[in-house]
Amino acid sequence: MSTPGETLATADADPKSSLLQRLTRLAQDHWRTLVLFVPFAWLLIFFLAPFFIVLKISMAETTVASPPFTPMIQWVDEGIMHIRVVVDNFAYLWEDDLYVDTYLNSLKISVTSTILCLLLGYPIAYAIARSSHTTKHILLMLIILPFWTSFLLRVYAWMGLLADQGTINDLLIALGLIDEPIRMLYNTFAVYVGIVYTYVPFMILPLYANMEKLDWELLEAAADLGAKPTTTFFTVTLPMTVPGIVAGSLLVFIPATGEYVIPDLLGGGNVLMIGRVLYNEFNANVDWPVASAVAIALLLLLVLPMMLYQHIQAKEAQGS
Amino acid sequence: MVNAAEYEDRPWLDPEAEPFIKVQSVSKQFGDFTAVDSVDLEIYKGELFCLLGGSGCGKSTLLRMLAGFETPSSGSILIDGVNMNDVPPYERPVNMMFQSYALFPHMSVEKNVGYGLRRDGVAVSEIEQRVQEMLAMVELSQFAKRKPHQLSGGQKQRVALARALVKQPKVLLLDEPLGALDKRLREQTQYELMNIQEQLGVTFVVVTHDQEEAMTLSTRIAVMDTGRFQQIGTPTEIYEFPNSRLVANFIGNANMFEGRVVENGQDHVIVESRHPECNFYVDHGMSIAEGSKVWVALRPEKVMISKQQTADGNTNTVKGMVHDIGYLGGTSTYRVKVGDEHLVEITSPNQLRPKDGNPPIDWDEEVYLSWEPSSSVVLVK
Ligand SMILES: Nc1ncnc2c1ncn2[C@@H]1O[C@H](COP(=O)(O)OP(=O)(O)O)[C@@H](O)[C@H]1O
Ligand SMILES: [Mg+2]
Repeated sequence: MSTPGETLATADADPKSSLLQRLTRLAQDHWRTLVLFVPFAWLLIFFLAPFFIVLKISMAETTVASPPFTPMIQWVDEGIMHIRVVVDNFAYLWEDDLYVDTYLNSLKISVTSTILCLLLGYPIAYAIARSSHTTKHILLMLIILPFWTSFLLRVYAWMGLLADQGTINDLLIALGLIDEPIRMLYNTFAVYVGIVYTYVPFMILPLYANMEKLDWELLEAAADLGAKPTTTFFTVTLPMTVPGIVAGSLLVFIPATGEYVIPDLLGGGNVLMIGRVLYNEFNANVDWPVASAVAIALLLLLVLPMMLYQHIQAKEAQGS
Repeated sequence: MVNAAEYEDRPWLDPEAEPFIKVQSVSKQFGDFTAVDSVDLEIYKGELFCLLGGSGCGKSTLLRMLAGFETPSSGSILIDGVNMNDVPPYERPVNMMFQSYALFPHMSVEKNVGYGLRRDGVAVSEIEQRVQEMLAMVELSQFAKRKPHQLSGGQKQRVALARALVKQPKVLLLDEPLGALDKRLREQTQYELMNIQEQLGVTFVVVTHDQEEAMTLSTRIAVMDTGRFQQIGTPTEIYEFPNSRLVANFIGNANMFEGRVVENGQDHVIVESRHPECNFYVDHGMSIAEGSKVWVALRPEKVMISKQQTADGNTNTVKGMVHDIGYLGGTSTYRVKVGDEHLVEITSPNQLRPKDGNPPIDWDEEVYLSWEPSSSVVLVK
């Protein structure tokens, strides 16, 4: 394989080759690198760089200034560089019960929502995957259709449905099933409704993609060997759809944990989730360093289990 | 006196034998398409029965109805005297070997083979023993811990066979069991299948589109076309006495001559043909009204080719010119032009070595073709 240096050197040796030719040659020799470079650069610029900025802010202190935190590197006179790294913010998160409780509550809500999405999404995905070609496309379309309207609008619609004088309560009272409105808005129930409603397509789609590729003859083979439908489900279908379950669960669990809009609008002030705390620290308290520390802690909370899972999977793949 | 041993290998001839599988005027419709068209079939214990037919003729559909994956639109299926119409696949005394093998990709070879036994609640130690025995039989013992994706096509096929046989089913259904294997492996596996079938005495119902495979394997063959059976019989019966042009052409090659019955004798018929101009004297003639239009089928290997005229007249002999020679080593295939355009195919063993580089019969030579009165078959459809 030639190095870029060599390529340039040979190109230079030929005075007739134009700049364009040289560039084409370079691209041909290194197209693999180029192709990989684009997503790599994307992640570098839009993920890694902001991450380090946030990390830097999380290790600063608040001041009344713009931006409202102390710089990490300061030039004291006569060329002496002064680096300040403060870990107090993280200690503060750990010591204050509010943050720990909020993290735990967020996890509880997102884990429960993920399970609810799975229970709801699995049969739906299964039904879509097993339906005929035309029905399949209509059903998939219906799953994706809500994305055409604004997410915020759909959450507001739920407020209209769940409120004390909302559609559902009005209907139940009109039918004479209840005398007083049931409290459905501004509590944990409303948050669950909102999260499950919003994220269930993210469960259905990867599950569907997984089941679509499933060899249905395997289910016949299981039945042929004496497995009743439930046994077939637990011994064949479920194990074969684990990749879809994992993908769908991650797609629901991760954004649900950091969810801000749904707990804010549907939960009112009553449901504490980490996304709202983060918002408050930034805007109400103008404490950027603590807000950043909250964000970093959240990231670690989400990324570490994922990395662990990937590590185990890679090991398993190697083992077999 | 009827002797049971007399019918041992041919139970279908025994008037007292009770068929093990009875298919009674079974049809299967998909929408308004009829995949299987009111077929009747009786298969006896210990048979190796082949359903033979071209792609899309409904073989798999019939097999899947036996397994219980499709329900007949009408008619009924009896296995061992029990009507199977309302019996789900997991309660039928049959096992199937799938065309794609359908091995569970997330289970090792031994887990795959043991799957059916675990469903039946067989004791763990017994499962282990039976799986080991079965793997030993298909020579896969050292692959017990592998996953299906780590096996070759032939090995997968043997795992699928072991998995279906380990439950000791009364009937084993095999859908194109050798279809995915290359030619050599297929031939070798054919004999293995026959040995296993003989050893275990299980009734095999095999679906195939390969006529050679059907001929080699089966006790009897049902030739299927567009959802119906054209003929059911032993390989010899089907090859030597096809009942229609379709069967004659599907199984092996046949020269087909159109003609008219000119004499309907006691033990023979004479058919007059215009292309080529010749009379066929067929001595195992069925009784066919004089004047009716028939076809005479003549297998290429039943025709003798010679440079000398061996018989007088034009009964069972024609004169022609060698148009084409295909030298196959052991045999040669001649295409002889008879009359203006009609080509007759002849296969003949190469008993003599070519002398001085000249084959005994050469291109463009005049030859005489002749055949025995018993060699041709008269077909009415
Ligand atoms: N589930 C089904 N729905 C509609 N048509 C089917 C179905 N299964 C089979 N067919 C049709 O029935 C015919 C026979 O199919 P099959 O039994 O699989 O043929 P083969 O003899 O090749 O095994 C084919 O034309 C096929 O298209
Ligand atoms: Mg088929």
